[in-house]
Amino acid sequence: MPFKLIPMRETILAGAIVVLLALIASRFPGFVAPSNLANVFNDTAPLIILALGQMVVILTRCIDLSVAANLALSGMAVAMLNVAMPGLPIPIIIAIAVMLGAAMGAINGILVWKLSIPPIVVTLGTMTIFRGIIFLISDGKWVNSHEMSAAFTGFSRTEILGLPVLSWIAIATIAVFGVMMSRTPLGRSVFAVGGNPHAAVYTGINVGKTQFLAFVISGALAGLTGYLWVARYAVAYVDIAGGFELEVVAACVIGGISIAGGVGSVGGAVLGAIFLGVVKNALPVVNISPFWQLAISGSAILIAVAFNAKGGGKKGRIILKTAEVSS
Amino acid sequence: MTQRPALANVPVVSLDEITKTFPGVKALDQVKLDLYPGQVTALVGENGAGKSTTVKILTGIYQPNGGTIRINGEPVTLNTPDDASAAGITAIHQETVLFDELSVAENIYIGHAPRTRWGLIDRAEMHRAARLLLDEIGAPLSTSAQLRDLGIASKHLVAIARALSVDARVVIMDEPTAALSHKEIEELYELVEKLKSQGKAILFISHKFDEIFRIADRYTVFRDGAFVGDGRIADIDEDGLVKMMVGRSVDHIFPERDPVVGEDVLQVVGYEHPTEFADIGFTLKRGEILGFYGLVGAGRSEFMQSLFGITKPSKGVTKINGKIRIIRSPADAVGNGIVYVPEDRGKQGAVIGLPIFQNITLPSLGRTSRSGFLQLAEEFKLARQYAERLDLRAASLDQDVGNLSGGNQQKVVIAKWLATQPQVIILDEPTKGIDIGSKAAVHEFMVELASQGLSVIMVSSEIPEVIGMSDRVIVMRDGRIAAEVSGDDLTPETLVRHAAGITAAPQPQEA
Repeated sequence: MPFKLIPMRETILAGAIVVLLALIASRFPGFVAPSNLANVFNDTAPLIILALGQMVVILTRCIDLSVAANLALSGMAVAMLNVAMPGLPIPIIIAIAVMLGAAMGAINGILVWKLSIPPIVVTLGTMTIFRGIIFLISDGKWVNSHEMSAAFTGFSRTEILGLPVLSWIAIATIAVFGVMMSRTPLGRSVFAVGGNPHAAVYTGINVGKTQFLAFVISGALAGLTGYLWVARYAVAYVDIAGGFELEVVAACVIGGISIAGGVGSVGGAVLGAIFLGVVKNALPVVNISPFWQLAISGSAILIAVAFNAKGGGKKGRIILKTAEVSS
Repeated sequence: MTQRPALANVPVVSLDEITKTFPGVKALDQVKLDLYPGQVTALVGENGAGKSTTVKILTGIYQPNGGTIRINGEPVTLNTPDDASAAGITAIHQETVLFDELSVAENIYIGHAPRTRWGLIDRAEMHRAARLLLDEIGAPLSTSAQLRDLGIASKHLVAIARALSVDARVVIMDEPTAALSHKEIEELYELVEKLKSQGKAILFISHKFDEIFRIADRYTVFRDGAFVGDGRIADIDEDGLVKMMVGRSVDHIFPERDPVVGEDVLQVVGYEHPTEFADIGFTLKRGEILGFYGLVGAGRSEFMQSLFGITKPSKGVTKINGKIRIIRSPADAVGNGIVYVPEDRGKQGAVIGLPIFQNITLPSLGRTSRSGFLQLAEEFKLARQYAERLDLRAASLDQDVGNLSGGNQQKVVIAKWLATQPQVIILDEPTKGIDIGSKAAVHEFMVELASQGLSVIMVSSEIPEVIGMSDRVIVMRDGRIAAEVSGDDLTPETLVRHAAGITAAPQPQEA
């Protein structure tokens, strides 16, 4: 099958991660021990899940800045639900978190689709609203670990085949998205809408609806991550994952998802997230101030965008100069 | 006519053997154009004759590849629009280029506003000067009004004032009456007379013969980017001008075909749109090639987009195979066997960034998937089938469509639509901007499609193509059907006449 599974950009990013790991290993060999790498992956799992949702949104020429607030609100809601009804089975908790998140994503999507408000404005607004709602429902109080049931906090840490459930959920999400993006009409529509919205319209694809669905997907994953986050850290309060939306967007950009839409891959988003995860976990080990992490993430974003701009240069060329000739 | 200054014999601006090429196309080939002070010169030609390119060269937007521009006999180069306005050449454009968020005075003086001695904009002086200009052209507008709040006609007056705000010797008017009402046109004529009496040279570009004969002193005719002739309006009539516009050599042999026309496939009744078109009705038969001719802006593409479900008509019924079908979206149209290959394929055709095969299967994803999952093997099979049928030249179907040539991209777009197995295919300017070889291929392909029982609607502004390819031609003018022409009536003269609205036709019109 002449189908590129690992495109060029992803190979370069994977290489960068390997080089980074090698540099760290040269001084701290313990960092690359399989058990530690598994920990790093587990720590990065929420970022990976959110980056995949964000990727779909960005591919359709939108952006979702409300993911972290959505995560926090879904997380708070299920944490309070757990306190109120400790016996509620975890699968139901997860289903509720996903549905809550999807509903919040649907709000974003409807505003973008039906009212044509720019996505950055919509999600900036809903981001603030979601945080406000957390305060209203929680009265600004924390839900602490001792209030949560053992099953609630234990689920994501349960190990299956040596990996925690949190990691397995990330792996499952990657697999689902891999299939969705390459093998379903929705995935194909997402690329078409971002690549050339005008052409997509002529092809019979509903651009607004596709963008709506992208927001729902991103929201659902934010809801899922909301539960996982709250369970993992065993605490829920207004400000959890504050500013995390920028890290999610950064993972996508580093992973080669074009902010102009239409270009990107599941592999890229995952590698972008892992790159940030490795940097974040390695800096304390090599004893560098965490403030450097921000500078390194920032530089990585600029380098990645410069790379993409150069690689994408050919894409924007005008094929039909002659169209101007007509009088 | 009122008193007129003596016709000067020395052109203030002259283009001499000007040539302009774009990659693959010669837009202007050694054209000549003289503009005399105190006279209106009409530049006449079909769509694509090179009129707009000429304007862009005169205003310093394009630089010619050859030839000389002379101002008062002196050769000059106009490298930028600034050079052109310094030379006293100013243009009022087809689409008025103005700033909605600025005031009338700011729009008139943007870029050359009067300054105070501190280098700041002298607002008082700007408003005073703008007032003078507006009074001069008889525009009852406030200089501090926001442009956003003005109507089209008032905006046009601002554009004219702006053109006159530089010390203009040459005023170019590119289809100035296109958006104006009858009364406003009369006022514009008065203004033109006034400018003439001030000794300005005016280049007047228009498709409307009545206004050319009403207002112009001289004419220059271009055809396919070449100079055909010029002279005094007094020495020519409409017929002569039409002949000069269309009388071209046949540079391209069209494929022979034996139309086997079957039963009615598509019936359109009473299509109407609030602003773009009205009262469109016709019948399309199986295996027929129906041409749509008209000037740019006659509403052809707008109507086609409505037929395809992109814009909603306010009225109108579509019947397919005798049954009424409601088309509200492109998906409905495709589902009912109507497909549309748009004119601007860069913008509306191919999805650059997706591989060829994915572009081809994009509207057929339902057919290439099983229980919600796309079958790549099926997709490749479908894509290969149509790529071969269209003789698409590509290294691999997995290649990004952006790496293909214009002609091959066009094939991808057509393949995409054929893969949906349509009954009616609408081709909007199918050969615009592609080389002659690809053109012939597209033409042959259209004949092949028709012979296989597909009905083709071809929107084209190229007269030879319209005549060479169509079984029947519908001419549109100002959003309405002006005429339906077929058989022996299908001549360049008839088409141009109906498109331009010349009523006094020497030959009897078809009912």
